[in-house]
Amino acid sequence: MSDKSSSNAYWKANLRIIWISLAIWALVSYGFGIILRPLVASIAVGGSDLGFWFAQQGSILVFIILIFVYSWRMNKLDREYGVDE
Amino acid sequence: MSQFALNLIVIGASFALYIGIAIWARAGSTAEFYAANRGVGPVMNGMATAADWMSAASFISMAGLIAFTGYDNSTYLMGWTGGYVLLALLLAPYLRKFGKFTVPQFIGDRFYSQTARIIGVICLLIISITYVIGQMTGVGVTFSRYLEVSSSTGLWIGAALVFCYAVLGGMKGITYAQVAQYIVLIIAYTIPAAFIAMQLTGHVLPQTGLFGTHDASGAKFLAKLDQVVTDLGFRSYTGHHNSTLDMVLFTLALMIGTAGLPHVIIRFFTVPKVADARKSAGWALVFIALLYTVAPAVGSMSRFNLTTTMWPGAETGDTFSMPAVSVDAINNDPDLTWMRNWQATGLLAWEDKNGDGLIQYYNEAGAADAPVAAIIEEQGLVGNELTTVNNDIMVLANPEIANLPGWVIAIVAAGGLAAALSTAAGLLLAISSAVSHDLIKGAINPAISEKNELLAARISMAVSILVATILGLNPPGFAAQTVALAFGLAASSIFPVLMMGIFSKRINAPGAIWGMIAGMVSTILYIFAYKGWFFVAGTNMLPDTADAWLFGISPASFGTVGALINFAVAYAVSSATAEPPAEVQELVESIRVPRGAGAAHSH
Repeated sequence: MSDKSSSNAYWKANLRIIWISLAIWALVSYGFGIILRPLVASIAVGGSDLGFWFAQQGSILVFIILIFVYSWRMNKLDREYGVDE
Repeated sequence: MSQFALNLIVIGASFALYIGIAIWARAGSTAEFYAANRGVGPVMNGMATAADWMSAASFISMAGLIAFTGYDNSTYLMGWTGGYVLLALLLAPYLRKFGKFTVPQFIGDRFYSQTARIIGVICLLIISITYVIGQMTGVGVTFSRYLEVSSSTGLWIGAALVFCYAVLGGMKGITYAQVAQYIVLIIAYTIPAAFIAMQLTGHVLPQTGLFGTHDASGAKFLAKLDQVVTDLGFRSYTGHHNSTLDMVLFTLALMIGTAGLPHVIIRFFTVPKVADARKSAGWALVFIALLYTVAPAVGSMSRFNLTTTMWPGAETGDTFSMPAVSVDAINNDPDLTWMRNWQATGLLAWEDKNGDGLIQYYNEAGAADAPVAAIIEEQGLVGNELTTVNNDIMVLANPEIANLPGWVIAIVAAGGLAAALSTAAGLLLAISSAVSHDLIKGAINPAISEKNELLAARISMAVSILVATILGLNPPGFAAQTVALAFGLAASSIFPVLMMGIFSKRINAPGAIWGMIAGMVSTILYIFAYKGWFFVAGTNMLPDTADAWLFGISPASFGTVGALINFAVAYAVSSATAEPPAEVQELVESIRVPRGAGAAHSH
């Protein structure tokens, strides 16, 4: 391969995007949805609280946005490093 | 027109559609049979993935699971959707770049080991066979309920239909049939839900209705539901009652299990490009979310409807402001015909234990500290009188409880069948391609011609359908353990090995093999210790209760621990043995970038 260094930089940038995405993924489901629910319990959402909303609806919506944003960022990254198809 | 005729017309029309697709989408090559010639666009693949993924359990059972447990079972909602984030970020694009046909093939090539590939095939077969039995029994049950045939006849009809489009069309036929099945199942799920949300909250969208105001009482719907169920001695709907640790581990087991299910992963082999694999996971989740965000509304609203049917006063005022529903009303009121219909199936049962002509529904275990205690005292109750309420009623009886027209009931029947058939077909393809591509071509006869491999793939498919049907007719004990066994194994064996294969160049063949074995064996042993050896009742060594579980970890949550064991063993064994050969490290480099492998190597 002619550009091992640039492919390493590409991989590092990819991993950074993955780590940020996974942090958000964990925050909305395991965080707000389960472990941190008591902390956000004071925020009322339609007859229950924010944690309940994240557990039953919010986390799913965030997951969808996450995948599309990830896909968009990665396609951009592919073009920047010239590794797109 | 009778309900039976309506059911026959709607189900018959949906089947004619699937068969038409089968004839149109015949497969002419192994690339078409295994991966639809990689010509499926990301949106269409997303829709097919959603149908592939959403099984009889998602369609029929999930709302009921949420209805009777409430918040604590949000684990299913988050777990069965969050897995797609892991698929999109960690597996799908790279496996698509790898560009082969099966999951064991990746394991075999990346870990340059026939043994690793065979272990992959064994995991795949255990997972997919456990999973497919539930789908086949689901087809039989739905047929017998709506078309008045025996469930074994229904099972054979379903098997014949899957045979048509799966044997003829392989992945290509299955994909286009799944797109049609998705449309049928999502319509079937959302129409009754929209009607019910409208009746209770005035919202057309069940998603907003869940957090809206209950029209009849003027209170927030969820607050009203909490009030009504706690009055009767049940645990509050929105409260957190179970172990937090187990909830986290169970959700994680479902997520990584979802990402490790072979029949879901192979769907991402059908798209043209790596970028499409990423996007397609997003579209799959959009189509899945259309059902998964409706399910908690269906669950909570049908629980509310059931409870207010039993205690009519709860609808507008205090739970006990009117007497409980009477035996006379259940037997004669046309609005309660559904109770009599479902009593016939055995999924719903009641008994006037104290002979007062009323059926009082409450929770015996929690009654002492609840307002219902006063009623028990006053009316001389000797026990809960609504003796059986099966979870599955919540979706299946929904249109009848809400008095919806007959064609809606027929569509729900067609939707349940679509959900079960589409998942069964996807699983059968994963099974048959593992047999024909990994065992026959990979291990037994590598020199097999393209034409003969296609024939072998078709024969494997036909045999898989036959085996699944026979197992569906006589379900073995493990068939009821899809969640623990299939997700547990996918989480503890397949997901870690795939992830390490992509994200580490250092994990070698012995590491992968011992990691998979350690993950799989620890998970199976933990499940068997509490559920019985091979799920034979009475052979469990420890009682299956929260107190006896190790650190309060339920058997179904253990897949997460199994995955950690897999990672740790693979890392330790790999560190102690030689690093993988240079060409394997090249392979890992090449799957990490989307641009074609040929171009990368030509420099």
